[in-house]
Amino acid sequence: MNIYLDLFLTFFKIGLFTFGGGYAMLPMLESEVVNKKHWATYDELMDYFAVGQCTPGVIAVNTATFVGYNKKRISGGLAATAGVITPSIIIIIIIASLLTNFASIPAVQHALSGIRIAVCVLIFKAVLKMMKSGIQDAYGIGIFIAALAATYFELIPTVLIVVIAGTLGVLIKNIIKSKKEKPDA
Amino acid sequence: MPDFGLLLTLFFEFFKTGLFALGGGLATIPFLYEMMEKYHWFSQQDLMNMIAVSESTPGPMGVNMATYVGFHASGNSIIGALTTTIGLVAPSVIIICIIARMLEQFRDSHWVQDIFYGLRPAVSAMIASAGIGVLIATLFPQTVNLTGISWIHLGLFVLFFIIAMSYKKLHPILLICICAALGVILKL
Repeated sequence: MNIYLDLFLTFFKIGLFTFGGGYAMLPMLESEVVNKKHWATYDELMDYFAVGQCTPGVIAVNTATFVGYNKKRISGGLAATAGVITPSIIIIIIIASLLTNFASIPAVQHALSGIRIAVCVLIFKAVLKMMKSGIQDAYGIGIFIAALAATYFELIPTVLIVVIAGTLGVLIKNIIKSKKEKPDA
Repeated sequence: MPDFGLLLTLFFEFFKTGLFALGGGLATIPFLYEMMEKYHWFSQQDLMNMIAVSESTPGPMGVNMATYVGFHASGNSIIGALTTTIGLVAPSVIIICIIARMLEQFRDSHWVQDIFYGLRPAVSAMIASAGIGVLIATLFPQTVNLTGISWIHLGLFVLFFIIAMSYKKLHPILLICICAALGVILKL
């Protein structure tokens, strides 16, 4: 299949099954982009997510652009982004013209209540997997706990957490390294 | 065909939102309030309805809201819907393409590696925090004070979590469809 069409259709599917925030997308990206298409490794995907967190815009769009760009530069980024937003455009236009009371239909509310359970399961599964591959040592556990508290209780803005965590990464790595190099010197 | 000036204003307003809304769909809401007060494209009642619909339909919430507002504000025009949605995602696409290019060049630099070493645990934590928020909203559907726990939601969550952890290849789309069907059947 044409790679642009493939990018478009894969991200169309992902857009169609993204509910609420972009976080539940991660398992979907894993099974489509990493396992099926091999467009990125799991670690790369996590890095895209990390960058998507600290740049403006919708996380789903940021991640789609990233994956598409790495495959086929700007035109690949555009194809993937077009894919991820197309289901929204179609569905919203249909609902806005026909069913303005969509959100209060009982069957919709029941289905959503069920979907929220799936979203929770997917998010926690993604978190466990990310922790396993992303936390390498005690410093990592420390950063995780501090960032969790800071985010959950909204102590500091997300951007600042990202900046601090990145800075800590550089500091820790270079302190460990300089310690390890000392015995040789 | 809606007025060209209106389309230009819609594009510009959503481009601004895409450029400054950090952290996903909910971050766009304050921008929509500002637009409501400035341009009167929609009423507060309309906005509430748009947020509810965006939350309950598939697709990233920010994109859903942009499409809805554009469609509504331009007098139910598909061109209006496309204008706002493209406006919202344009800054992301531009910024991410620049970053992706830079990252490609500096990927092997140990500085980039070191930054990600610190960043990955923090990003896991942010997603965990979002997960805890959704989980609490799901398990305590009626109350905000954590008394009325919904045992059926808890039971289903535990059941599907065990299933998802045992069958690693379980496709997320299948899980979403099963849970949606169960929601309707069990009237969750």
